[in-house]
Amino acid sequence: MPRAPTTTDAFNAVAEPRRRQILDILVRRERSVNDLVRVLRLAQPQVSKHLRVLREVGLVKVREDGRQRLYRVDGRPLKPIHTWVKHYERAWNERFDALDEVLDELKREDDSNDASHE
Amino acid sequence: MMQVMSSRSAKVTLPTPTQILITREFAAPKHLVYKAWTTPELVSRWWCGQRGRMTVTEIDLRVGGKWRYVMIVRDKFEVGFHGEYREIVPNQRIVSTEVYEQAGAHDPDANPVVNTIKFAEHAGVTTLTLLTDCPSQEVRDIIINSGMEGGMQEAMDLLEQVAISLR
Repeated sequence: MPRAPTTTDAFNAVAEPRRRQILDILVRRERSVNDLVRVLRLAQPQVSKHLRVLREVGLVKVREDGRQRLYRVDGRPLKPIHTWVKHYERAWNERFDALDEVLDELKREDDSNDASHE
Repeated sequence: MMQVMSSRSAKVTLPTPTQILITREFAAPKHLVYKAWTTPELVSRWWCGQRGRMTVTEIDLRVGGKWRYVMIVRDKFEVGFHGEYREIVPNQRIVSTEVYEQAGAHDPDANPVVNTIKFAEHAGVTTLTLLTDCPSQEVRDIIINSGMEGGMQEAMDLLEQVAISLR
């Protein structure tokens, strides 16, 4: 079954745990490749490779700052993923709302049982 | 008195490419949440949400025991799931497999989804976590998509109602 077509790129990009880690780091503040190499303890070519994938799907933006290039997160491509998960969440919310009603009833039964034992 | 909606929302996250994690709080002690989760007559009342009604709710709550739920969605089609209990710690934890019953599926029980449900209580509020471990990302995505289809269907139904009201 195909995924929602608009989400394919960002999905693939964040499917890789290291790339999610990079996003987690960059979401706090912008960083240079060297910063990321140090924090992640990865070889520089690996970090650059991940950054390239993230840039291709637009999740990471870059700017020149003197001699270095600084990377930062752009969350907009994640919106379709968010939407996709929200639909699933809604299905469960409906189910859980019905469960709330059952629980209210069980609580009332529990309370009246307690009262009758007093 | 003002009516306060007690509805709390579930949080869905995707911790890894093959997992789905659902977290939800309930204003009830965990033994009651566990009871509502494991008693067939009670499950029949909530598992469908507003989508339909249960026609089968079988729960053999012991390790190696089987469960099977079937619901009729909007009086149109049947959707069935079944699985086996792998671990049971009353009022705390249930691990079970889950198989979506599809006509013509090739050996659907070979690589089931595994659900781990945990019940944790704090100050009378129970936090339920449901972790779904899928055999592949593809399966995980299909499961999420099933929610999407449901959501889309709801949206279409709403649209239909609005359209009718405009007539």
